[in-house]
Amino acid sequence: MTWSGWKSREVILAGAIVLLVGMIASRFPAFIAPSNLANVFNDTSPLIILALGQMVVIVTRCIDLSVAANLALTGMAVAMLNTAMPDLPVPFILAIAIGLGSLMGLLNGLLVWKLSIPPIVVTLGTMTIYRGVIFLISGGEWINAHEMSDSFKSFPRETILELPVLSWIAILVVLAFVVLVGRTALGRAFFAVGGNPHAAVYTGINVGQTQCAAYVISGALAGLTGYLWVARYAVAYVDIAGGFELEVVAACVIGGISIAGGIGSVGGALLGALFLGIVKNALPVINISPFWQLAISGSAIIIAVAFNATSSRSKGRVILKKAEHAT
Amino acid sequence: MSVTANETGSIERQIPDRLKSPAQRFLASWELLLLGVAVAVFTLNSFASPYFLDAWNLSDATYNFTEKAMIAFAMALLIISGEIDLSVASIIALASTAMGFAVQMGADTSVLILVGVGVGLLCGAFNGVLVTGLGLPSIVVTIGTMSLFRGISYIVLGDKAYTGYPSSFAFFGQGYVWWVVSFEFVLFVLFAIFFAIVLHRTSFGRLVYAIGNNPVGALFSGIQVARVKFVLFLLTGAMSGVAAICLTSRLGATRPSIAFGWELEVVTMVVLGGVSILGGAGSIPGVVIAAFVMGMVTFGFGLLNVPGIVMSIFIGLLLIAVIALPRIARQVLARGRG
Repeated sequence: MTWSGWKSREVILAGAIVLLVGMIASRFPAFIAPSNLANVFNDTSPLIILALGQMVVIVTRCIDLSVAANLALTGMAVAMLNTAMPDLPVPFILAIAIGLGSLMGLLNGLLVWKLSIPPIVVTLGTMTIYRGVIFLISGGEWINAHEMSDSFKSFPRETILELPVLSWIAILVVLAFVVLVGRTALGRAFFAVGGNPHAAVYTGINVGQTQCAAYVISGALAGLTGYLWVARYAVAYVDIAGGFELEVVAACVIGGISIAGGIGSVGGALLGALFLGIVKNALPVINISPFWQLAISGSAIIIAVAFNATSSRSKGRVILKKAEHAT
Repeated sequence: MSVTANETGSIERQIPDRLKSPAQRFLASWELLLLGVAVAVFTLNSFASPYFLDAWNLSDATYNFTEKAMIAFAMALLIISGEIDLSVASIIALASTAMGFAVQMGADTSVLILVGVGVGLLCGAFNGVLVTGLGLPSIVVTIGTMSLFRGISYIVLGDKAYTGYPSSFAFFGQGYVWWVVSFEFVLFVLFAIFFAIVLHRTSFGRLVYAIGNNPVGALFSGIQVARVKFVLFLLTGAMSGVAAICLTSRLGATRPSIAFGWELEVVTMVVLGGVSILGGAGSIPGVVIAAFVMGMVTFGFGLLNVPGIVMSIFIGLLLIAVIALPRIARQVLARGRG
């Protein structure tokens, strides 16, 4: 994983995004107005937050398919809490959402760590369980805007320096991940576990525990997004964010995060999410039916994974860095 | 499964001196355990609701799993070989959309069958080429084609639906062969036998296990790994096409959201049936029993007016429990010995 190796992948993706935006802007200049770009970013913020959580999970050779269900369950729980206790201040709600999300992530992580059940089976199972629990606690009822308190709904929309709080949270999460992945022992452990689990054990890293930590992070972010999602759209019901887990995985794959583990970057996840977000927001602008979105993101995943595979294959295994530059 | 406890009490992998019947009995016991669950579910259901033990009700209940199980058989082979196909439900959507389009063009029933299976084969071939030809991970490829195939359905149909299927087409999803035995159930049984023979009684089946256990070793033994996997993707695509024919015929209409989320139920069925998600182990009888368990649970809960989403909790718990419980038991046993 040389510096130039994974940087160039992000440069290409960034180039593709600029090209995409440029093509849209050439026919619809209003799309690149700063206010619209800020809207697109705000709209993509939940995807960015979740993609970063998913990134660390995928880097440790796992996958978290339960993020959308976790988001929906946490969202429903805090919305119900808000209807029961409208005076509860937002910081409490945030803490509860993050805590609840972490707990669900912890459950995934423990099943993977302590029982060594394959991650895809665990999260496939917890995905349906979490969704079902929403129905159990809500009785299938919707919680609508008029049942939520004003402070609960307005928090993600409030603007600081002309950007909504939702966007600021996404920016903070990105910065936190830059530090976590690049500057902490846990961040390095994620890559060590994903790159070579056996070697990680010999360097004193507990593989299962590290994977569990990744799940807790992913769960915490899903919980956080759960509150933000419900508050932003001012509605909570069983099916919110249905199928969103695949969009999150797609953002990671497009961002060059290897599903085999060990390879990925914060920038990649961010760009992958932005790419999907721009496509989603641009379709109505350029008068293409939103029904095209699914096929386009599917094609983007396939192209991205094919591209990543061919670019990584040609590199081969280089043991001596100096020899590589010498030849 | 050659995991045994040695004298020191720690668990490690040992190679048995010879293949003996206890090993085979251990393999059979997963199916036996599952069969026990099936019998328990059946018995509990018949006590819970007076309407359960009715030939026609039970016949209707088989529709809960027949179409999914047909895909699950092919999926079992694919998972045993170490790959996975998450696009099966989307293949149903695309095949069904193509059949609906063919109806608008004035196609008759025989052409519809060809279109359904043909589109399934094409989709399977597309997955197969991407996975075996380009060497991409199947889970990512099929997450991509899952969006792509259903996305094409959405592009074609949008918020509309295709209807007006010919009346002779209705037989595949609504017809009865004899008394309460539906055509779909007969098809399910025939495919179960077919896939059981292919997996357990042919050299091709042995190749599937060999590849799943050690793809590199299989390659060095002269097995054309890529070709076998490609055939398995084709088979899975074709079975999704067959399921699309049955489902479209049963519903009599095509919407792009048809069979949404089925890929997870199919995978659950396969894993519940004792197929290792990591590849290399599993059996068709196990998948057949798992299909019955899931179908009976869904049907029994339905009779008790339990909403579908609560059933899905149960299916999710079942999926984790059947894998977790033997592991917990093994850990407890190991601790007891040590």
